Amino acid sequence: MGISPVIWQFLVKWLTASALFPREASTIAPYMDALYVFLVGMTITGLLLVGAILVTFSIRYRKSVHPVATQVEGSTLLEATWTIIPLAIFLITFVWGALLYFRIYNPPVNSMNIYIVGKQWMWKAEHPGGQHEINALHVPTGQPVQLTMISQDVFHSFSIPEFRIKREVIPGRYSTVWFQATTPGDYHLFCTQYCGTKHSAMIGTITALSPDDYKKWTQGSTSGTSLAQNGERLFASMGCNSCHSGNAAARGPNLAGVYGSRLQLTNGSQVLVNEAYLRDSILNPSQHVTAGYAPIMPTYQGQISEDGLIDLIEYLKTLNTNYRVQQTLTTSQSDQAAPPASGMVKP
Amino acid sequence: MTTHNLVRGSNTIINLPDQSTAEIPKRNFISNEHGLLSWLLTGDHKRIAVLYLISITFFFFIGGAFAGLIRLELLTPQPDLVASDTYNKFFTMHGVIMIFLFLVPSVPATLGNFLIPIMLGARDLAFPKINLLSWYLYVIGGTLTLTALVLGGVDTGWTFTTPLSTHYLNTHVVTTATAIFVAGFSSIFTGLNFIVTIHRMRCPGMTWFRMPLFVWAHYAASILMVLGTPVLAIAIVLVALERLIGIGVFDPTKGGDPLLFQHLFWFYSHPAVYIMILPGMGVISEVISTFSRKRIFGYTAVAFSSVAIALFGFFVWEHHMFIMGVSNYSALVFSLLTMLVAVPSAIKIFNWAFTLQKGSITFETPMLYAFGFIGLFTIGGLTGVFLGSLGMDIHLTETYFIVAHFHFVMVGGMLMAFLSGVHFWWPKMTGRMYPESLSKLAAVVTFIGFNLTFLPQFILGYLGMPRRYHAYPPEFQVLNVLSTAGATILGVGYLMPVLYLAWSLKYGAIAGANPWQATGLEWQIQSPPLTENFIEIPIMDHEAYDYDWLEHKTQPEVTTVG
Amino acid sequence: MDNTIVSTIQSEPLMPHETSEYEPYEHVYVPQHRHHFETEDQQREAGSFGMWLFLLTEIMFFGGMFFAYLLFRNWYYDAFVTASNQLSVPLGATNTAILISSGFFMALGVWAAEVRKRGLLVLFLILTTLFGLAFLGIKSVEYKEKWDKHHIPGASFDVSEFVNPAIDAKTGKPTQKPLAPDAAQKTQLFFFLYFAMTGMHALHMIIGIGVLFWLLWRAQRGEFSAGYVAPIENFGLYWHFVDIVWLYLFPLLYLINRHPLK
Repeated sequence: MGISPVIWQFLVKWLTASALFPREASTIAPYMDALYVFLVGMTITGLLLVGAILVTFSIRYRKSVHPVATQVEGSTLLEATWTIIPLAIFLITFVWGALLYFRIYNPPVNSMNIYIVGKQWMWKAEHPGGQHEINALHVPTGQPVQLTMISQDVFHSFSIPEFRIKREVIPGRYSTVWFQATTPGDYHLFCTQYCGTKHSAMIGTITALSPDDYKKWTQGSTSGTSLAQNGERLFASMGCNSCHSGNAAARGPNLAGVYGSRLQLTNGSQVLVNEAYLRDSILNPSQHVTAGYAPIMPTYQGQISEDGLIDLIEYLKTLNTNYRVQQTLTTSQSDQAAPPASGMVKP
Repeated sequence: MTTHNLVRGSNTIINLPDQSTAEIPKRNFISNEHGLLSWLLTGDHKRIAVLYLISITFFFFIGGAFAGLIRLELLTPQPDLVASDTYNKFFTMHGVIMIFLFLVPSVPATLGNFLIPIMLGARDLAFPKINLLSWYLYVIGGTLTLTALVLGGVDTGWTFTTPLSTHYLNTHVVTTATAIFVAGFSSIFTGLNFIVTIHRMRCPGMTWFRMPLFVWAHYAASILMVLGTPVLAIAIVLVALERLIGIGVFDPTKGGDPLLFQHLFWFYSHPAVYIMILPGMGVISEVISTFSRKRIFGYTAVAFSSVAIALFGFFVWEHHMFIMGVSNYSALVFSLLTMLVAVPSAIKIFNWAFTLQKGSITFETPMLYAFGFIGLFTIGGLTGVFLGSLGMDIHLTETYFIVAHFHFVMVGGMLMAFLSGVHFWWPKMTGRMYPESLSKLAAVVTFIGFNLTFLPQFILGYLGMPRRYHAYPPEFQVLNVLSTAGATILGVGYLMPVLYLAWSLKYGAIAGANPWQATGLEWQIQSPPLTENFIEIPIMDHEAYDYDWLEHKTQPEVTTVG
Repeated sequence: MDNTIVSTIQSEPLMPHETSEYEPYEHVYVPQHRHHFETEDQQREAGSFGMWLFLLTEIMFFGGMFFAYLLFRNWYYDAFVTASNQLSVPLGATNTAILISSGFFMALGVWAAEVRKRGLLVLFLILTTLFGLAFLGIKSVEYKEKWDKHHIPGASFDVSEFVNPAIDAKTGKPTQKPLAPDAAQKTQLFFFLYFAMTGMHALHMIIGIGVLFWLLWRAQRGEFSAGYVAPIENFGLYWHFVDIVWLYLFPLLYLINRHPLK
């Protein structure tokens, strides 16, 4: 064989290692691939059509067989045809794509929530149970998982090609995406938004585990305190409870059950309390003063890290039972807890 | 002198004067004055076009060198050729130079500058001094870019995403921003000059619907230049101010909004894509018509589709931000508009294809490039529909799919069109023919090299390989090797024209006034043209692309002076 | 070859038509007529059309900043109200009057050029320049005040005045509604936009005054007193555009929040 061993090896590698599709490992992947196949079909059809027209005319009307051109002005019918048919196909694509978009970006209500914090150049995952991971994420199969993501510095983008999902991770703003893994295995996690020097090193591994394995993993890798417990300590050590004490006469509103409720603000607007609202009202309190309260809360901008904010939010989400009892409990606990708040920013 | 009898039965329309007697006209815009100053202070649109042609070729090869280095680094999955910072500078410089210093001015500033006044039957653009000024602005912008490069480069990516560009990088962002700002004004002035010229300088009888489609395409592109570029300018100014003062409208920790920058940036940078491609479409219209000896099928449809692209082009910018947490409903609107903007391009492609019907087709080099354009632009355009489709965009955006898509449009489309136009009008600009068989070879090499480079990137993109990655997982290597191999071939394909076109300046056959037997006004005057283009201002008494008029006209229309 | 070229000169001009009706090359009326324009009218129309297009690009240029202003005003209403109250309406109003006067004299200048009165033209251009300089003078007084109060965005920006406003000696009440510290930080955005917008406007004025000096020099040489008035007209368009930008900036930055609804 005259073929060079390097090229031979390359061809073998090509035939064995190259795929046209990434693995389908989430419930969304088959939908994405179906649309992709449709679009590839559209492209190939379009290309063949244009190619066939070009080749046919080039052969039939080349100068040697058709020396004198016949002038044709145009045809309204044909113009209408190639306006309407592409338009129709593009509109189908639009509707199909829009449905898929809404499917990917509207999480089901029963999904579990995991927080992702992006920073140059690592991914931090925070499970509500207190498991922390860096450049890795363990998720169960068969269960919708919502990711609530935020960046500490610049734009990043969270992409899992095998799940066919991606979402920009933005500084100062939560963004969400969800998926439901179907097949256990390890998958790529990429940062796809250029974020500086080590952009291409901001990668990780998504490990999808069967529900049983996931349970084992959860128990084996917990840090001991859940996000809510961390948040509880932070709540006390930042002195939040001095105003948000839950008393009727307190200077700040009672926060029990506030998550998910609708609040009336002093400026007259009504808001739904979600993660984004809670985060912003800690950082920019004067913008979100509950009706009946004075704008006295100081800003915590620069004093709490994004992780700390996540802890606080998780804590507030659990606050739907008797408030004061919990609060006494926390105060006493937090006095002993040595590192009072992992989320506090060192000055 | 040229004869006007078409040679029947042969496979070419090239019709050169008898080489033993032919000469380049003694008086022309090149021989009119001598010395460097006569070029640097010229008001002649043709000389300015030549200045532009030299400078954008220079920057094209600098940008191309960076592309070569990128492909070389990506030959292996490991980051082994250069450090990450250096790699990031490579793709930033590649993007900045190719977009702002090559693609945006490519066809308009060279071919457009040279041809628009002649096609309209005018002696010059409306504002020759502003035209010269815009070349100087371009040179200043280019020099600043090179300065930033020499001082250590810049690694923001050509998109200057905030807050990365404003607060997290220590490279020469402000210098590069200034360069883009200045080069932007060059583009604004070019567009302004074209619009005024097209409105006010048409010769008698040159109605709007007798203008060549090349002019229509430039008109549409100029609208985008004039209205879009200032928004980029202000976005760039705000980025520079934010870097210098430290407070800004784009910094979320100080209450600013990083998405505002995205909106301002893409408000220009999406229309910029049409600034780049529309003039190329204009070239293709001229070439297809000439080499099939037919009026463009559906002239009005092609003309209006250019304007439609320009208008719709302003209202689709948010499709660059579908995954950035914009409201789902605004995403819907922008996706729909994106689908609409794809239609005029489809109309153009079918009209070009049907122009061939019942024509008398020959396959000279410009036509080969034009065929390449149609094929590659079809792929580039249709893969754009993937990205405009909301759901699909989630998986494909920010991957190599998007890299492949816009290289199909910009390199496969625009660069093919540019080369097609340069070959087509080379005899007009220089008075000499390029070597035909060598240039056909170059066209084929370019086409093969291009497809080998960028087709694998579509697959890479769907597999999920992110763009701007210095290192990548090993399973992507095979496709990257193919891509790098293609880039090598592509590089050869681009170097060939430079060499043989330079050769032809001295040794090429004398072209005569109208080697292609084309109908445009520019072909009815001598090659190279006189400084004043026409001795007397012509009167347009026929439609554009009227080959019957060309065949039946009795006297040579070459109004020249000795 | 030479012969053939000569022969083509003698051939008829481009197309068969009634050349007699069309006089392609009128002789130039004024020395400023450029060779590539067929007629003086064409040159004049092209010039003013070009100027209008240029102003269109200017609108888009300022438009980016207006857009940013509207966005943040909507987000940080209270901060924008308080910061806006820092601006001096009397100074702003004086400046508005000055700029309108300047524009008025510019319009008179265009008229003087059209009726070919050199002395009047020079006088009006001088007045236009003087009022333009007066505007910049008052603007610099305003900037100076911001400097003294540390209201220039950047490292030395000081929000204390917004958090703890001065107490009115008579009433014992704060002179303005105090802002929460987090809201007070947002005043920096207002001042950033204030300086960006008025600064860009002032830059346009400075460039305009530079051009005015040049036009003055040409006008007193009598260049625009013989029927060639295009530069004066086109500069007039530019100058009025700069006026109009101010007429939007003044209410948006100074007035709109004076009487907040709540």
